[in-house]
Amino acid sequence: MGLQIIKPDTHIDFIGFKRKAFIISAILILLGLGSLVVKGGPKYGIDFAGGIVVQVKFDKLVPVKEVKNILKGTELPGLTVQSFGHLDDNEILIRTSTSKVTSADIRARVNKEFTDNLKDTKFEIQRLEMVGPKVGADLRTKAIEALYFAVLLIAIYISGRFEKRWFAAALMAGGLFGGISILEFAGLPTSLLIFAALIITVGLCWYLKLNYALGAIVALIHDVLITVGIFSLLGKDFDLTIIAALLTIIGYSLNDTIIVFDRIRENIFGKAGEDFADTINISINQTLSRTILTSGTTLLVVIALFVLGGGVIHDFALALLIGVGVGTYSSIFVASPILLGVGAGKLEDDEETVGAGAA
Amino acid sequence: MNGSLRWRIALTLIVVALGVAYLLPSLPAVQNSAMARFLPNDKISLGLDLKGGIHLTLGVDMDKAMDNTLVRLGDDVKVVAREKGIIVLKPKVINGQQIEAVLLKKEQQEELNSLITKDFNNLSVVSTSVKPDGKVTYIFAPTSEFKKYLTKLTMDQAIKTIRNRIDQFGVAEPDIRKQQGNRIQIQLPGMQDPERAINIIGKTAHLEFKLVDDLADLEKAKKGIVAPGREITVIRHMLPDGSYVEKPIVLRKEALLTGEFINDAQTRFDQFNQPYVTLNFNSRGARIFERITGENVKKRMAIVLDGKVYSAPTIQDRISGGKASITGSYSTDEAQDLAIVLRAGSLPAPVTILEQRTVGPSLGQESIDKGITAAVVGSILVLVFMLVYYSFAGLVADIVLVLNVILILAGLAAFGATLTLPGIAGIILTIGMAVDANVIIFERIREELRRGLTAKAAIVEGYSRATLTILDANITTVIAAVILYQFGTGPIRGFAVTLTLGILTSMFTAIFVTRILFDLYTSKRAADAPLSI
Repeated sequence: MGLQIIKPDTHIDFIGFKRKAFIISAILILLGLGSLVVKGGPKYGIDFAGGIVVQVKFDKLVPVKEVKNILKGTELPGLTVQSFGHLDDNEILIRTSTSKVTSADIRARVNKEFTDNLKDTKFEIQRLEMVGPKVGADLRTKAIEALYFAVLLIAIYISGRFEKRWFAAALMAGGLFGGISILEFAGLPTSLLIFAALIITVGLCWYLKLNYALGAIVALIHDVLITVGIFSLLGKDFDLTIIAALLTIIGYSLNDTIIVFDRIRENIFGKAGEDFADTINISINQTLSRTILTSGTTLLVVIALFVLGGGVIHDFALALLIGVGVGTYSSIFVASPILLGVGAGKLEDDEETVGAGAA
Repeated sequence: MNGSLRWRIALTLIVVALGVAYLLPSLPAVQNSAMARFLPNDKISLGLDLKGGIHLTLGVDMDKAMDNTLVRLGDDVKVVAREKGIIVLKPKVINGQQIEAVLLKKEQQEELNSLITKDFNNLSVVSTSVKPDGKVTYIFAPTSEFKKYLTKLTMDQAIKTIRNRIDQFGVAEPDIRKQQGNRIQIQLPGMQDPERAINIIGKTAHLEFKLVDDLADLEKAKKGIVAPGREITVIRHMLPDGSYVEKPIVLRKEALLTGEFINDAQTRFDQFNQPYVTLNFNSRGARIFERITGENVKKRMAIVLDGKVYSAPTIQDRISGGKASITGSYSTDEAQDLAIVLRAGSLPAPVTILEQRTVGPSLGQESIDKGITAAVVGSILVLVFMLVYYSFAGLVADIVLVLNVILILAGLAAFGATLTLPGIAGIILTIGMAVDANVIIFERIREELRRGLTAKAAIVEGYSRATLTILDANITTVIAAVILYQFGTGPIRGFAVTLTLGILTSMFTAIFVTRILFDLYTSKRAADAPLSI
């Protein structure tokens, strides 16, 4: 047998750690949410806010301050300049919030100022993106819809698969759809609608006793909130690629949670533990090697992407890095304690039907 | 070797062969070799963020299209009614939605109503109000079917015109498609000069010939005071240094001839090597042009494109033969672009650029290089790790991981999917996650071995218990990826595609192919021989 990170007889009391885990998670989430409130919501990139971004590469280092001074003459509204990618790339990102100036005009102004003021430095406009305010608003709505549908479909899938209660799952889908339609009709803005959708989903899972789905959904909301919070704390922009990263995190976090849940269910049938808490602990310990190995290999490649992938993909890789870490943590310390809190539903009470259902 | 194993090996070999066959054409070294003839034609197409190029979203101004149509319909009502002896005055568009017109005699109301029902079934009478002087104010509105029809027609025409222009401009593999909300999405890969392309695509190219009012007082006109039936606009002159100045000029409002009668437009050079554009009218246009030039000799005629005067030559004589030229002051590129837009026809409505993303070719190449470096480094780390941790089983996992990457790339080529920068990230992420299925199986086999099962039995048990778990775990990721595809655009879709492909291929390789390798490994050995895992 090859190497072993986790000894087979390891028995760590993860469930006993739940209070501390709860405090850690609460602090992380509150920090993130606090940062969002203080900053007046997420900092949207041009995909969502509209505006123009110009990426310029110089053939030698030009300090950001100098670039700012040079571009003062352009009188572009909301102008920000930041260095981009690695320091030795000599790249800067110019951003302006305008929608009144055409991209051709911006290109010309930037070209002129750099040509006039940086006589011995060669430069190249590598990328220019302009998003109008209308398209930005549309993309924002689309992104929120995407997150909403992801949560909904996944909740249905888990309820159906784990509790064999497709009917209850369908009921939840109907309830969620109805609730959102009413709120949409009442004129709730889309940004709040996603929160409403999440709260309704959690509420319905609770009410319908879809306990596995509840644990998984709370864990993934936890992961998304923390990732979004850390991004807000770091002052990073939210754009389409971050939404892609969030959806991937949702997929990854669930992947992890499901492996643990799957083992819990198996161990309930096999009566592995003395009580439910013990069963969950045994299950987490049994899957621990796998959890660490998979998260390890995924983190290895995401770190490679983060370090070597270049500026354009940098924030995307950062979101994945946070998400994979938090997702691994939440499957053990969030999803499982919640499942313990609400119980494994019918499966525990009525073992006769369980035996029949599993055969 | 039993029968089941034999067909599983055969299937795997076929898949591997297909994968390699579809992957090879995308490798630069193979593309130009003799081998290329025997391989499929499908190559991995690179997204704009990797190839460099322009992505545009245009909004078609449907209000303006409606306005134009209503103006024309109002005039038609006036003309057709007059043929029947009904006098309709001053049709004009109100609120951009309706036509207001005045019927001179209220006794003719019945007649006008039946004329509208019979000859203008795309219009309906909204209201009529009789004035004390016996005139009747009519308000017409287009029917909702007509609005829908007009929207579709305008969009189709706009797309056709834009495609025409881009084709003449000579961009390889342009992608132009209609989107919701009266939008058109255009992708031009490899385009080097974005502003020129945007200029050509975005120009309405509404060409008009109008007479110049040389008697008008320019000073007054600059302040906005012009006589009725006149309008002020600008004429541009190129200075010797290549820059332009615009000077005011007063024109008669009425257009004598418009661009719709143009058959062809070409760039030519005069004896001073200055570019100009020649126009060829169709027969009807030629007749009109001959008449108007004959009637207006010694007057100046302005050639107006999208409201700007390009040149205003004096008519020397009646011009027959249907040829005209737009001299003026422009660069060769400009003259060529002008010829293209005139040839391709005018847009049925103005367009605005709602979204524009331009990536230079050097950045694209840089992104590819960095992405590949990250992928190679990430893969090597994972490969080494698996080999060290699981020894023989790790080797099995490594073999299928390489196969997995081949299959993802082959899948991209075979399905004609586009590889984008986030797509590369998707492949890298999949490499990390692909071993997950193997890890689940291997850990399970280890557990079974610890329970005292023989290698063969542990393998059987491990696979059967792990398979459903793997399916469950991966289906949720596929759900997320499908939603990404549905809601995402461009590069995001590329990510969704590679992620989905990666999950599917990794399930095939991790569950199906590794099993074959294990079965081969154990088939020749004693039942109780230890397993290197």
